Amino acid sequence: MTTRTKELIAVAAILVFALIFYIGRVSGWQATEFSTGTSIVVVVLLLASLLWMLALTIRGRLIGRRVVFLYVGVAVAMPLFMKLSQEMPVSLAVLGVYDAVMELQPGSKVLIACDYDPPTAPELQPMAETFIRLCFQRDLKIIIMGIWPQGPQQANLALEKILAEPEIAAKNLEYGIDYVNLGFQAGNEFVIQRMGGSFKSMFRTDYGGIPYDDLPLVRNVRNFSNIDYCFNLSSGFPGTVEWVQIAVDRYGVKLGAGNTAVQAPTVYPYLSAGQLTGLLGGMSGAAEFEIAADARGKGTKYMLSQSVSHIVVIAFVIIGNVAFIMSGRRSALKG
Amino acid sequence: MEAFFEHFRLWLAAFLTLGIFSFLYKDNPWYKLTEAIFVGISAGYWFVVLFWDNFHGKFWVGAGEYSINWVVAKLTGAQAPPPPDSSIDFMLWVGAFLGLLMLLRLVPKIGWISRWPLAFIVGSTGGLWLINYFASNVMVQAQATMVPLFSSAFGTGFDQNADAVIGALIIFLGTFSGLVYFFFSKAHTGVFGGTARVGVFFLMITFGASFGYTVMSRMSLLIGRIDYLLGDWLGMIK
Amino acid sequence: MRREVPLLITAVVGITFVVKYFVPHFPFNRMDAWFADWFSIVQACAIVLGALNLLKLSALKVIGQKSGWGYALVIILSFMLITVIGLAEGSDYRDPGTSFDWLYVNMFIPLSATMFSILAFFVASASYRAFRARNYEATVLLIAAFFVMIGRVPVGDVITGFMPEGYRFSDLAIWIMDYPQTAGQRAIMIGIGLGVVSTSLRVILGIERAHIGTGD
Repeated sequence: MTTRTKELIAVAAILVFALIFYIGRVSGWQATEFSTGTSIVVVVLLLASLLWMLALTIRGRLIGRRVVFLYVGVAVAMPLFMKLSQEMPVSLAVLGVYDAVMELQPGSKVLIACDYDPPTAPELQPMAETFIRLCFQRDLKIIIMGIWPQGPQQANLALEKILAEPEIAAKNLEYGIDYVNLGFQAGNEFVIQRMGGSFKSMFRTDYGGIPYDDLPLVRNVRNFSNIDYCFNLSSGFPGTVEWVQIAVDRYGVKLGAGNTAVQAPTVYPYLSAGQLTGLLGGMSGAAEFEIAADARGKGTKYMLSQSVSHIVVIAFVIIGNVAFIMSGRRSALKG
Repeated sequence: MEAFFEHFRLWLAAFLTLGIFSFLYKDNPWYKLTEAIFVGISAGYWFVVLFWDNFHGKFWVGAGEYSINWVVAKLTGAQAPPPPDSSIDFMLWVGAFLGLLMLLRLVPKIGWISRWPLAFIVGSTGGLWLINYFASNVMVQAQATMVPLFSSAFGTGFDQNADAVIGALIIFLGTFSGLVYFFFSKAHTGVFGGTARVGVFFLMITFGASFGYTVMSRMSLLIGRIDYLLGDWLGMIK
Repeated sequence: MRREVPLLITAVVGITFVVKYFVPHFPFNRMDAWFADWFSIVQACAIVLGALNLLKLSALKVIGQKSGWGYALVIILSFMLITVIGLAEGSDYRDPGTSFDWLYVNMFIPLSATMFSILAFFVASASYRAFRARNYEATVLLIAAFFVMIGRVPVGDVITGFMPEGYRFSDLAIWIMDYPQTAGQRAIMIGIGLGVVSTSLRVILGIERAHIGTGD
C-alpha cells in the first residue's frame, strides 16, 4: 500500500468518525463523560506510556515529533471528558482584582477595556464573564470599550451570557443605565490619552450608534476622574502596558488587569510597583478568579486539561534530559 | 435553509481547523489551501476594519462628508448644508492629505514624498513613548526597587515581616545585577563581572518563568480549539 | 525637501507630544488630539499599500502560472470575498447577523485561533529535543520553568499535598513570579525603557535618520 493510499484512508476514517458523531449529536446523543475510575485509568495509562518513552529514549531511540504531537493532543483532549475535582489556591495577584471590586460601593462606575481577540478568548473570555458577573452582583455600573476591534464584540458575547443567568436577569438591568458598550475606537494608545481629557471626544456614539449624551450612565462621565475602577483584558499591543503608562501613571486610574499567560510575566513589575491593583495571568488566573468569585466556569473546567498537558511537557523535558545525561552528553539527544 | 447554514458553518469551521492541524503530519495541499484562505481573509478583514473605523469613522464622518456636500452644493447651486457643529473638524483634512501622500509610494517618481507621513508616524510614536517609557518603565520601576527594608513607609519602626524583607532584597539585587549585565560599555570582569553573572541567573529565572507561562498560554489556545471540535462540532463533550 | 521636511515633521510632532505632557493646555491639547486622529487616518491608508502589494504578488504568480499559483488565486478570492462583503455592509458591518460577522465567526476565528494553537505542539516537541541542562545558566532556566509549569496548575498541589501550606508547588511558583522573576523582568523593563528614551530622543533630534531613508 502506498503512502498516499494510507493517507487517503486516514482522512476517510476521520470523516466517517466525524459523520457518525455529528449524526449522533443531531439525533440527540448525550455528551460523553468519564467516570472517576475511567479517568484515573486513562491518566495512569498516559503516565505509564511516558515511562515507556523514557525507557526507549534511554536506549537511544529518539521519539519522533509526531509521537510528541500525539501525546499533546491526547493530554489536552482526554481531560475534557473527565470530571475530576481540583482545588487551587487563590494568589494575592488575583485577590487584588477581586478585593478591589468588593471594596467598591454599589453604583460605582467600572470601565472594562476589552483589548483582545477570539484566538485568546479561551484565556480571557472566562475572566471577562466572571468580572462582569461580579460587577452586576455588586450592583456596579459597567462601561465597556476596546481599542482592539474585536474586544467589544467579545464583551457583548459575555454580556449576553451573564444577563441570561437567572440571578442577574432578576435584577432587570437596563442598557444605558446599568451598563453600556461604547464599542471600538481606532488609534491605539492615543485613544487612552484622549480619554484622559474627554471620553466623548473618542466615543461620539456607543456600539449601536446611540449618541453619547443620550446614555444616562455616561452622560456625566467626562474623563477618567469619573471612573472608580478600571479593568483591562489584554492580549498584546496596545494593552495593559499602555493602560498603565497613560491611564494609571498620568491620570491616576485604579487599574486591574487580566492578561494572556504569554504577556503576564512582563507586567509583573507593574504589579509589584503598585501600578496594578491585581493581575489575572492566563488560564490559571481565570480559574483562580472564578474560585475567588465562587463562580466556577470554563476557566476552572479547562484547568484539568492544562494540568495534564503541563505534565506531558514536563515529562518530555525530563525524558530528554535524563537521556542526555545518561548518554554522557554526547548522543543525538544533545539537542 | 437556516438549518442547512447551521450545519454548513459548523463543518466549514471544522474543515478549516483540521486543515491547519494537518500541518502537524506534514505540509500538504489541505494545509496550503487553508493557509491561503487565512492570508486572504486576514488581509481583507484588516482592510475593512481600517477603512470603516479609521478612514470612514474619523475622516469621513468628522470632515469629509460635510466638506464634499458643501462643495457639491456650491457647484450645483443647491442649498448649502447648515454651518458645521462641534463634531466637524476640518483639520482632519490634514490627516487625509498625509494618507494620500502615503499612497504616493505607488508612483515611483515621487515615491519619496511618502516619507513625510512616515516621519509623522515615527515622530508621534517617539514623542509619546519617550515620556511614557521614561515615567512608567524607568522612574516608577526604579522607585519601586529602592524601598525601605524594615519599614513600609520610610519610618523608624520594624513593621515588615521576614518575607517582605527578603523579597525586597531579592528584587533590588536582581534588578541591579540584571542592569549591570546589560551595561556593555565596561568589560565584565572582577566585581563588575561577578555582579553581571548574578544578573544572568536572575534573567534565566525570568526566561524560565516566561517559558512556563508560554506553555500555559499555547495549551490554552489548543484547549479552545479541541473544545470546539469535540464539543461544538461533534457534541462529544459538554 | 527630501530630507529636511521629514526631519522637521518628526521633530515638531515629537516635541509637541513631549511638551503636552508638561503643558496639557491649549494649544498642545488640541494638537495632540489632531495628531492622534491623523495617525489613525494614515494607518488606514497604509493598509491599502499592504493589500495592493499582497494582491500584486499573488496576481503575478497566477498570471505567470508559477508553482503554487492556485493558492495565490485562493488568496485573491478570499481577500475579495471578505472585502467586498465588508465594504457593502456599510459602517455597521460588524453587527451580529451581518455577512461580514458570519465570515468573521466561522472563518476568521477558527483559522486564526488554530494557527496560534498549533504552537502548543511545537513547544512540546522543542521541550523534548532542545531544552537541555547544558550548563548552570540553562539548568536554572529549566528549574524555574519546571516549578512555574507545575505550580500554576492544580496538579502541583496534589503532588505536594502532604506539605504544609506555604511550601507547596503553587506557593513556590507564586514566589518565583513575585520576586526573582519580577526582578529580572524589571531589569529588562528598565533597560528597554532607557533604550526607547534614547532612540526617541535621537529620532526627534534628527540624529537617527533611518526612517527617512538614504539616497534620493
